[in-house]
Amino acid sequence: MGVEWSTFWPRIVEATGETIMMVILTLIFSSIFGILMGLLFFVTREGNILENKLIFNILNLFVNIVRPIPFIILLVAITPMTREVVGTTIGTMAAVFPMTIAASFAIARIVENNLVSVEPGIIEAAQAMGARPVQIIFGVLIPEALGPLIMGLTFITVGLIDFSAMAGTVGGGGLGDLAMSYGYQRFDTSVMVVTVVILILLVQVAQFTGNFLSKAVLRR
Amino acid sequence: MIKFEEVSKVFGTGDKTVQAVQNVSLTVNKGEIFGIVGFSGAGKSTLIRLVNLLERPSSGKVIVNDFEISSISKDELRKLRRRIGMIFQSFNLFNSRTVSGNIAYPLKLTRTNKQEIDRRVKELLQFVGLEDKADKYPEQLSGGQRQRVGIARALATSPDILICDEATSALDPETTGEILNLLKKINKEYNITILLITHEMHVIRTICDRMAVMENGEVIEEGNVYDIFSNPQSKTTQSFISSVLNDKLSPRLLAKLHEKPAARLYRVVFTGEASSEPLLSRVTRKHQIDFNIIYGSINELQDQLFGSLVVEFYGEKSEVDNVVKELSEIVEVREVAHHGS
Repeated sequence: MGVEWSTFWPRIVEATGETIMMVILTLIFSSIFGILMGLLFFVTREGNILENKLIFNILNLFVNIVRPIPFIILLVAITPMTREVVGTTIGTMAAVFPMTIAASFAIARIVENNLVSVEPGIIEAAQAMGARPVQIIFGVLIPEALGPLIMGLTFITVGLIDFSAMAGTVGGGGLGDLAMSYGYQRFDTSVMVVTVVILILLVQVAQFTGNFLSKAVLRR
Repeated sequence: MIKFEEVSKVFGTGDKTVQAVQNVSLTVNKGEIFGIVGFSGAGKSTLIRLVNLLERPSSGKVIVNDFEISSISKDELRKLRRRIGMIFQSFNLFNSRTVSGNIAYPLKLTRTNKQEIDRRVKELLQFVGLEDKADKYPEQLSGGQRQRVGIARALATSPDILICDEATSALDPETTGEILNLLKKINKEYNITILLITHEMHVIRTICDRMAVMENGEVIEEGNVYDIFSNPQSKTTQSFISSVLNDKLSPRLLAKLHEKPAARLYRVVFTGEASSEPLLSRVTRKHQIDFNIIYGSINELQDQLFGSLVVEFYGEKSEVDNVVKELSEIVEVREVAHHGS
């Protein structure tokens, strides 16, 4: 027994909207936290412009604790925190919180890795000109690493579409929720196929946009 | 003016320490081009980084423009760094900025107004001969052009001192020549003191007024370039000088020359006035013996001639002795032994 498509399409459109919403909101919040953390990570590294063993080690510990936890477990484990921060544990916004936590730490690592690849001589040149640490971070480090940074964020965005499907299964809404409750639990293959196709399209759009932007920045 | 007073720099802690710079005392006078030569690992790179405090001295004093720099505040240090331009072997240009953007960057740091920045960038592009490359990115330029951008960027804040970290080591000989000419022009036209480090004696010979030789973190020889070239003391200095003067015979050829029974080889070193007189010809004619120049070179150094020739004399032993004695009163003469030098 299949679904009645004429009434089901609006559900699909709504769920796609929820998925896009979750991904974009998470991307915005996690980029802010992740980039800040990644920058702090990089500049406090040994031998870098604001070397600070304590801050570096604390950050490192945090990232290494959060990163290995499978997202589906993290999602459930931090439910009390989600309730504190968002006010509820059900719905799209409730999904954004755990997604932001997971993505922030992943972005922090990506940012750190990309900044390490900036030629140390270029940073030295800026220091020799009398640049302040803040000026070096925003005027040199980020612009120099922007191409790879955009690629890294694109990679995360694709991962977030994946996360959003998982978040959906615990009441976050979105395409994942739809695929699970109609496609999987009610054995409706056509719903499954439609949601998978939409997810593939979303990933393609994200990847294309990321490639386009990084190409523009890298001039190659 | 830059002054090092018993400066040392140690890297690492505990058992794994490396003494990069050892007890160096050196003065670079205002307006001169001072070159430090040494093999890689001699400590030159560390020494030059002490000038703008990219490295902090472990002990001793570094005095720049009358400031003892290791004790100044962060703010004062940033101000001082704007008085010291720096260029690098690998250019270290900002890949995310155009040529103009690179040159403008140091001025943007001090919030110079846009009109003033544009004017200065234009002026500097013209000075280094890259007016047509203003909107290009570093990867679109050749090595020599990149170093020109590096130089223009270093000059943007009108510094009094320019420090050059192996600035020509990544360039081909012709481009090296062009960059050295540009440095000379900067020194002359803007009266900027230049402190450079290099492993190429050619660089020192071409533009420096005074020089120092570094080995194992220490300055082993220091002085006027002409004096050091004409009278090097240490083995290291001698080998650096032979690398540009070609005044040493190979051991094989030397052995071959000594096979001749009556061969008497002498090295005659001309410096200053002596190099412009027909000395050899006059003295040998007087004692009626012949001479043959076997090997050697005459070079221009700081607007003076400097020659080092290996000469063979033919004639009575006593006459040759007289010639050597008479020449020795005016120039340096040494018998060339079997083992060279």
